[in-house]
Amino acid sequence: MALKDKLHDLKVKYTGTKMSPVFNAFHTFLYAPNETTHSGSHIRGADDLKRTMNTVIMALVPCLIFGMFNAGYQHHVATGEITTFTEGFLRPEFWNWDNLVVGLWKVLPLVIVSYAVGLAVEMFFAAKNGHEVEEGYLVTGMLVPLIVPIDIPLWMLSVAVIFGVVLGKEVFGGTGMNILNPALLIRAFLFFAYPTWMSGDKVWVHGAVERTNEIAAGSTADVISGETILGSLAQNSTAMMDSSSDVWNAFYGFIPGSVGETSTLLIILGALFLIFSKIGSWRIMLSAALGALVMGFIFNLITDAGFIAQSSKFYTLMSLEFWQHLLIGGFAFGAIYMATDPVTASQTNKGKWIYGFLIGFISILIRVFNPAYPEGVMLAILLMNVMAPTIDHYVVQGNVKKRLKRLKAKTA
Amino acid sequence: MSKDIRIKKGLDIKLQGEAEKITTDAVASNVYTIKPENFHGIIPKLIAKQGTKVTAGEPLFYNKSVAEMMFVSPVSGEVIDVVRAEKRKIVAIKIQADKEQSFHDYGKIDVSSTSAESIKAHLLSTGCWSFIKQRPYDVVANPEKSPKAIFISGYASAPLSADYDYVLQGKQAELQAAVSALGKLTEGVVHVSVGVNSDSPLSSLKGVTLHSISGPHPSGNVGTQIAKIDPVNKGETVWSVTPQDLVIIGELLLTGKFNAERIVAVGGSVVKKPRYYKTKIGAEVSTMIYDAGVEGDNNRIITGNVLTGNSVNPDEFLGYYDNTLTLIPEGDDYEFFGWNKPIFNKLSTSRALTFSWLTPKKKYDLNTNTNGEHRAFVLTGKYEEVFPLDIYPMQLLKACMYEDLDEMEALGMYEVAPEDFALTEFVCVSKQPHQGIIRKGLDLMLKEIG
Repeated sequence: MALKDKLHDLKVKYTGTKMSPVFNAFHTFLYAPNETTHSGSHIRGADDLKRTMNTVIMALVPCLIFGMFNAGYQHHVATGEITTFTEGFLRPEFWNWDNLVVGLWKVLPLVIVSYAVGLAVEMFFAAKNGHEVEEGYLVTGMLVPLIVPIDIPLWMLSVAVIFGVVLGKEVFGGTGMNILNPALLIRAFLFFAYPTWMSGDKVWVHGAVERTNEIAAGSTADVISGETILGSLAQNSTAMMDSSSDVWNAFYGFIPGSVGETSTLLIILGALFLIFSKIGSWRIMLSAALGALVMGFIFNLITDAGFIAQSSKFYTLMSLEFWQHLLIGGFAFGAIYMATDPVTASQTNKGKWIYGFLIGFISILIRVFNPAYPEGVMLAILLMNVMAPTIDHYVVQGNVKKRLKRLKAKTA
Repeated sequence: MSKDIRIKKGLDIKLQGEAEKITTDAVASNVYTIKPENFHGIIPKLIAKQGTKVTAGEPLFYNKSVAEMMFVSPVSGEVIDVVRAEKRKIVAIKIQADKEQSFHDYGKIDVSSTSAESIKAHLLSTGCWSFIKQRPYDVVANPEKSPKAIFISGYASAPLSADYDYVLQGKQAELQAAVSALGKLTEGVVHVSVGVNSDSPLSSLKGVTLHSISGPHPSGNVGTQIAKIDPVNKGETVWSVTPQDLVIIGELLLTGKFNAERIVAVGGSVVKKPRYYKTKIGAEVSTMIYDAGVEGDNNRIITGNVLTGNSVNPDEFLGYYDNTLTLIPEGDDYEFFGWNKPIFNKLSTSRALTFSWLTPKKKYDLNTNTNGEHRAFVLTGKYEEVFPLDIYPMQLLKACMYEDLDEMEALGMYEVAPEDFALTEFVCVSKQPHQGIIRKGLDLMLKEIG
């Protein structure tokens, strides 16, 4: 155990210096620390924050791998290299080496940049403020590459990550203190700062932006269209969602979108893992789905009743089968992985029901009525992040009132 | 009258090394020590200076704010040392025990014909008042306040704690005398609780309301029972006494002697022969642990249970209120990839590659490693799973941390004691010191509100 002892000596050497948090971040990554209890309970449960975060990352890995294949698949479909289409989840034209190579080439840099920049910022602040590097960014760093378009320039991603971590988290005091979900804040920053790279029909498939530029420069190649289903529906076109195989594709995730959010199937598997491991809040996941279904159903009722003319620009999205909302536009990804961030969600169990429900409800509301920005999930979660403390306040007040009532009953 | 209380939220921590139901007389300790810090919040005024000869039950010091409240010697002998810290604060009073023990005679008391006032005065002057604790604030009871009820938990649910059914055997008369006396000091009821299938002598007491308790720890904590039976409101006070201390009170009333004897469970995974020892308050712990046998030399000795006890050295002493000694291995070693590899040998309430959910009946050999570093509060909803009180635990902890007295009061601070937060501390992913936070919060309230 020479390594263990050497690292221990180094830890002692760095103790009290600015380097200490940075060294400890790497040290504790290799070895669980030798810290023992000093006050209170002499024994402690087996989980720590690293393990918790690691569990979320494990739940995200299938989405990441799928995202890599999908990056290549969408590219090859758009360029016409894939012409035969089969059914089912394990279709050979999807799960092949060619697709994966494109994915590795495009997605891994996003992951690396996201982690490198984000952790560098975290370590800088840890060294500056003299606290340990907290694990919050482990999950954020994995979420970020999964919720951006594939061709986003790496420098934009870096700027956004710095913005998100500094203004979204560090200014509030670091992990555990932030109000907004940092990963979504990073995405929102990109979305509003560089809208041409974040929305429209030219960004979701690798090569589309490049091709557009080539055409503008006089090339005669075909345009790569990479419209998302949601984008197409917002244009009042049901072309991408009109057959059962379209719906299955949306469920399996063989559709254009941000890197890792397309496969509802894998997201549900991730959700089951998070619920089983008791890391993710099933209350939020379930209530978000319920909220979306209720809103979607209300819209369906409205269109069925004929209150909205077919020519209305809202008609197509409003008349979309209510449950199909769950499959598109990254809703599942947002509800499972982003809404459940324990720091920015409601912190009381009752509050979580309200919080999740409103996220689902508002997501669909924004999605339908704001076709220019069909990013309902992102905006709804950010909005509810802001509202969560208020929800908690009223839930906790309920408990406080109960206590006062008990006192009154006594003295009366 | 009997009422059932079922606790659903909680966690039974099953540890190796449960004490076998055999009682051995511990080797008599040469020196007995009383530490004023065991009586939280009391400022001691010394009576027995160094060199004073005392008999068992004679006062050592009194409470500065309530001069009638005596704290007495558990044995007869000579005060050989008064250990002081900064500002002459008394840390410990050491008494070298006589070979032949002699008791101070306080005289027999017939409870039924004695007034509440005289009982109170008697308990204060004989040192027995120290056994009565109050809520709010979890301190020795303030004799000026009359409690709305008195709670006695005869069900020990904490890991490896002494089994009351066993240690109270044959103490029927003492228990009855003590609860009759305490019953006179309250307008309300004396609530006594026992485990569901227990044959405790407590269940045949008269003049009390009996409750039978079931469910995981902290069902045996008196705080849990208070919350379920008659929660403390603002301005109210309740008292609690542990059953073994009732025996001492009872014996004093019946015989006039302060007999500090108690039966202590010595257990834990590193104890070779875990069993019960008959000893006295303040005895050196080495008088028991060497007889019981200990494996290895890197262990933690805890006076009390693993959740709420205090760490001591072998030449230190059994805590004033403790009837359990627990020995577990220290965990001061690194663990390779300890944060992400699957864990089978530690207890967890999650299933994040921790597999204790597969083996609910397994007994664990847990050590003192924190299994992670101190972090800000991140996860939510985890404490509520093991916290049966109708209180928002994290919100209350945070209120204590930012010292908002109004909020602490509103969120139920009067109802809690540090021990109620032992399990939330155990499961805390952020490794926050919950009991310390609550203790500090209670001290702040006591100082500011009183």
